[in-house]
This record gives sequence, structure tokens and C-alpha cells, in this order.
Amino acid sequence: MESKLGIDFTKVGKARTYAKKIALDVQNFVKEHATTSTERTICRLLGIDGINNEGIPLPNVLVDHLKENNALSQGTAYYIGNAMIETGMSPQEIAVSVSQGSINIARLKLNSPEDIREKLSSTVDTTVERIKNNRQTRSNFIKEIGEGKKPYLYVIVATGNIYEDVVQAQAAARQGADVIAVIRSTGQSLLDYVPYGATTEGFGGTFATQENFKIMRKALDEVAHETGKYVRLCNYCSGLCMPEIAAMGALERLDVMLNDALYGILFRDINMKRTIIDQFFSRVINGFAGVIINTGEDNYLTTADAYEEAHTVLTSQFINEQLALAAGIKPEQMGLGHAFEMDPTIENGFLYELAQAQMAREIFPDAPLKYMPPTKFMTGNIFNGYIQDTLFNIISIWTKQGIQLLGMLTEAIHTPFMSDRYLAIENAQYIFNNLKNIGDEVTFKDGGIIQTRAGAVLDRSVELLEKIEKEGLFNSLEKGVFANVKRPINGGKGGDGVFEKGKYYFNPFIEKMLKEGL
Amino acid sequence: MSGGLYSLDHKDFDKNLDLKSVRPYGDTMNDGKVQLSFTLPVPCGDEALQAAKDVIRSMGLENPQIVYFKELAPGFTFFNAYGECTKTIDFTSIHVAKADVKKMGMKDIDEYIKQTLNRKIVVVGASTGTDAHTVGIDAIMNMKGFAGHYGLERYEMFEAYNLGSQVLNEDFIAKAIELKADALLVSQTVTQKNVHIKNMTELVEMLEAEGIRSKVVLVAGGARITHELAKEIGFDAGFGPNSFAEDVGAFIAQEMARRLGK
Repeated sequence: MESKLGIDFTKVGKARTYAKKIALDVQNFVKEHATTSTERTICRLLGIDGINNEGIPLPNVLVDHLKENNALSQGTAYYIGNAMIETGMSPQEIAVSVSQGSINIARLKLNSPEDIREKLSSTVDTTVERIKNNRQTRSNFIKEIGEGKKPYLYVIVATGNIYEDVVQAQAAARQGADVIAVIRSTGQSLLDYVPYGATTEGFGGTFATQENFKIMRKALDEVAHETGKYVRLCNYCSGLCMPEIAAMGALERLDVMLNDALYGILFRDINMKRTIIDQFFSRVINGFAGVIINTGEDNYLTTADAYEEAHTVLTSQFINEQLALAAGIKPEQMGLGHAFEMDPTIENGFLYELAQAQMAREIFPDAPLKYMPPTKFMTGNIFNGYIQDTLFNIISIWTKQGIQLLGMLTEAIHTPFMSDRYLAIENAQYIFNNLKNIGDEVTFKDGGIIQTRAGAVLDRSVELLEKIEKEGLFNSLEKGVFANVKRPINGGKGGDGVFEKGKYYFNPFIEKMLKEGL
Repeated sequence: MSGGLYSLDHKDFDKNLDLKSVRPYGDTMNDGKVQLSFTLPVPCGDEALQAAKDVIRSMGLENPQIVYFKELAPGFTFFNAYGECTKTIDFTSIHVAKADVKKMGMKDIDEYIKQTLNRKIVVVGASTGTDAHTVGIDAIMNMKGFAGHYGLERYEMFEAYNLGSQVLNEDFIAKAIELKADALLVSQTVTQKNVHIKNMTELVEMLEAEGIRSKVVLVAGGARITHELAKEIGFDAGFGPNSFAEDVGAFIAQEMARRLGK
């Protein structure tokens, strides 16, 4: 593709080289560490599910048990595999016995690491096979009944009650939505466990649980058969349970996951080490499961100025791309994020937004870019809000964005009404149809406002990447390079869940998924 | 559609403005025109149209006009409609509770604080509870402010700490005590099922339990906050939409001066 922006691709190459080094530095840290959440994820993938009589999920019970016995550093796979040899029980039976206090799996006779791996292999294979089948089911589904055109229309449901969500989601799908995201209950990202079962109470959203995933999946598949279009299901793989949510999503065939450690660090004050380690495992699972990840750069612009800080978005996209590649995620699965958040009173603001969106398109040509609607400057004047969303839709079709998170005219007022969603879909369908090929027809003036803006943003991004590469990502985050937010390296939530891997530690799922996924 | 929207022969009402008897205004005084948009959980059809008109009448509006309708999903029909309000209100008898504050600009506020208090005012702000939105608190506190109105961080005489979003009430209070806060700002942007009221009430109770409620100026802000609501819950003031840092800053400064008897 010829650059409409006159982008200097040697600079893009330079940026990627810096980003790759930044990611490598992070990966060197990640590979020596694990967390309570990665270990609970291994439990889940080994088939451990359910809660004890106090309502605590069994994966938490088991990991806490190892922690109390100072045995966590060798990892759950090691101790569960060993317990399977010693007791002849399944992982689930072992977890139940641990929760009843009838067994201490840290005190059993230890077998050789080779024997333990061997013992686990069929259980590991079964899970990996199930995820592979889900991937196949998705692609068959799309082949047989079809899917929507890009940009995919992405809408949220957020009633707090999964059964009410189903009504809203099915209505949205019938109106033309391609992706349905079930917003999580506020605060779930800070829970250090995943709630269990179907839920009907939540604040500002619905709890992500495996049962809720299953209920929504079934509901969307029903509508897909009816409308002849596969409907993707999206949830939030962020917060303190990143890899666990990824595992649940892979098991229940979710298609899209918000999945960005930087977002958690900056906006949820999650400990950076913890979430970077969690992110790697979660992305390995998402990559293997064929899930499209969404990164959270758009959020930077809700706190920092979208015009001044546009280069931080590009910088973060470069870093997220390299961290995703390291976890086996293909470019076609990278929904890198950005947003239409410039102050509407800026003269030529539309041109700057256009430059930014086109630049992301040209620099990441295979990525299904996730484009977020205006939120910061939505005022409650719903009529003007509808125009802001229209301009946003124009840029999206013009620059061929991948996933269009539809703006709601009632943004900043309430969670969307059924009619808000309908109006949003109607707006997008009108614009996408009416301006379908505008991007193929219109070129930008050499050295004009749009080209100049893109060049300037790229230059600043290269500079910033160079700086981050020298400092390291963690130090840079301490200094507040993104979103004007500073986070101390040992601060934030969940830091106590990080540990250094012991001599016998292994994670059979990362090994297998990375090997078989590529 | 019936032609009522453009009817010219229906204006046999008094077209003079009387503030004791005010109605919504479309394009003619006292025409009472109201614009509506809503969804009914019924299938689309003649019965749905009739139902929508009946709903509008039950709201006290006459001559309902359904100008657009559409079935959003099986069993849900959306309407755009107009009606005419026949009821009137007496504008002259309206009294709204407002924060008792003299309007001032940034420089005047700084100068006022220097003269009356002769020290910096420590302000701690946060979007508390489950609210993840920082738009409101950022607009009031951050250096840049909002829409050309600088935030409290830019004021010489305010020492402003913005704790961000989803701050628990206990953490908020702990920080307030640690920083020896003079004023606390609580922002609530998007809330569901009135959780903001519960959360703000809890904060007041906790401040009282800590024995510091009377020592701080307690201010709430947000899209759904009114001064009246804030006062009712036990705050000193509430600021709704279209409030800026200078409104909040002036209130804090004047309230502190007032408490000192100045």
C-alpha cells in the first residue's frame, strides 16, 4: 500500500526496533516470574472449577494452600501433577480434598519432574484440544454463515443481570451489531478471584464468570443462525485475573478480549510487575484461542490531551505490538486501540483525527484497529453528541478501521438504552454505506495539514521510544510517560502475588500453546 | 401522520408571556410543545401507536403526534413524538438552593486567600466508590482544567491532590488526614441505581465517625449532583454541570473565611 501520508517507513522501522528491545527487556523479566493469578489459571485449565462452602473459588483455595505451605515457587502444575501420581485423583478431586483439608499436596512424596509432566500431559492435551476445537468451530461458523464487514460494529451491554444482557445483546445483534461486549461490574478488575456461576447483580456492568460467558455465547449463536452473521463476544481480560479470564474465554469461545497491562497499571493502579507477567500468559492463551485482543491506548486520551499526547498512543501501540508478538499473537489478532477524543473546538480537529487514524492504519496494516468514540467532550447535548459520533464514523470508514466501538449519543448520561444503541448502529450503517470507498478515492495534499501532522506525531513517537528503550518500560512508567499518570514500580494492587519461579517450576500450557500455535 | 404539527388554525390560546403561568415553548408563546423519544415493550403495529399516544396523554400532554416509530427488536417499539403541555408553572415562586458564593476569578481567589487566610488551602479530590470516571475531578483539579478554565493545581494558593478514580472512602479519608486537608472534593460522574448517593452518605458518616467532618469543607460535584442534593446528604455544597474550578475554589475560600469569622 502506498502511503497517503508520505510516511517515512525507515522511521517506522526504527520505532519497531526500539519497541522490540523494550519488549525483550520486559520478557526477560517475565520469564523468571509467575503470579498467584497465572497459577490459578493453570488450575482452571487443568479442569479445576467450582467453589468451596465459603464461596471461594477452588483455584484460589488451591493456590492459597500452596502459598501457606511456602510451596508456590515450584508452581501449581508441579504439585498437582505430583498429587495425581501419589493419590490417583483428578485435579478437581485434588482441589476438593484440599478445600476439605483432607490432603496437603505440598507434603506428599515428590516424583521426578519428568514423571510429573508425563502424568499431566493427557489432561493438558484435553484442554488444549478443546480450545483448538473452539477455534475451529468459530472459523467453520464464519465460513458457513458469514460475518459482518469491517469495521465491525461493536456495542456494549451493561445491565448487571446476565439474563437482561441477553435480551439487550440479541436485540443489538438483530439490529446489526458484529461484536457484543458485556461490560464488567465496576471494580471486578480489582478482585483477586473470578466470581462463580450466573450472576444477576452488578454495578455498571455484569460480572465476568465462566457461566455468564456460556449463557451469552449460546444466546449470540442463536441470533447468528437467525441473521446469517456470526456475532463476536467480547469481554475484559484485564485487572488482577487477566490470565484466568483468558482461560475462561478460550474455553467458552469468546472472540475478542480487552487485554492490556498498561491500561491496568495506569488506570486501575495494578502493580506493574504483576500485570505484565499476567499479561504474557493471558496473551499466549488469547493468541492460541484465535481471540482478537484490544489494547487500551484510547484511554490515555481521556486523561491526557488528545492533540498534545497523540504520539504516546502510537508509542504504546508499537510496544503493545511487540509484546503481543512475543506471546504468539498474530497481527490479524491485534486490535490496537486509539480514539477520537480531540477537543471539538480545535480548528481542523477533524483533519488531525484523520491523520492519526490513517497513520495507525498504514503503520499496522494487518491489525483490526479498535477505534473508540468520543467520550471526554460529550456534554449531555445529545444532538451535538450524535454529530460527534457521526464525524467519528466518517473517519473510521475513511481509514478502514477494524473494530468500531459505537459512540452513544447519551454518553456521560447513562448506560445505553436499547434505542441509543439502535440510533448508533443506524448512524454507523448510514455513514459506512454512504462513504464506503472514500478512502480509495481521496488522497491527501503533499505537505498539507494532514501529512505534516502524521509526520510530526511519528517523529515524537520515535523520540519517546528511544527514551523508553534507554530507561526500560518500568522506569518510564514511574516517570509518567503515558496518560500523564505516574506509577511506582512496587506500588499498586496485587504486587504481593508475584513470585520468582523455583527450580522445578513449569507452565505446561504456555509451552504447548506457543509451540502449537505458530 | 395527521397534520397537527404544521396546523396554523390551532393557536387560539393567549400568546402573551405570563411568568406566573409558564409552559414549554416551541415556536409560539404558550404553545406548550414538548419533544419526546421513548421505547415501549410492545410489538410494532396500530396498537403500539395507540399505546404510545395514550402514554403521552397520561403524561399530561395533549394532541400527541407520533412522527417516527420503529421496531427495535421483536416486542420493542421506539417512538419519536410531540405533545402539548397544558399545565403551567409559576416561575415567580421558584426558589433554588445554591451554594452561597460570590463569583471570583483565579487571581481574585488567590488574592482573597492570601488576605483572609494567609496560607495555602490543601484540597484533596477523588472520584470515589465504584466510579471509574475522572473527567469531572480532572476538570476541576488538573492544571489544564476544562474549556479554558484552569484547574485548582494552577492556583497559587491551593495545594491540590487529585487521587483519581475508584478511590474507596476509607482510603480517601486516610489520605485527607495524612495531608491535613482543608477541603475534600468528591466527584461522581456516571453512576447506576443511585449508588452515588449511598456512597456519599457513607463518606459523611465515616468523616463524622473520625471526628473530622466539621474540620473540612466537603464539596460534591458531578453531572447528577445538585446543591440541594449535596446539602441533604450532609455536604457543604454541590456543583452540577457547567461548574468550573473558580466556582469550587471561590466557595472553598469563602467558606473557610466564614468559618474563621472573617
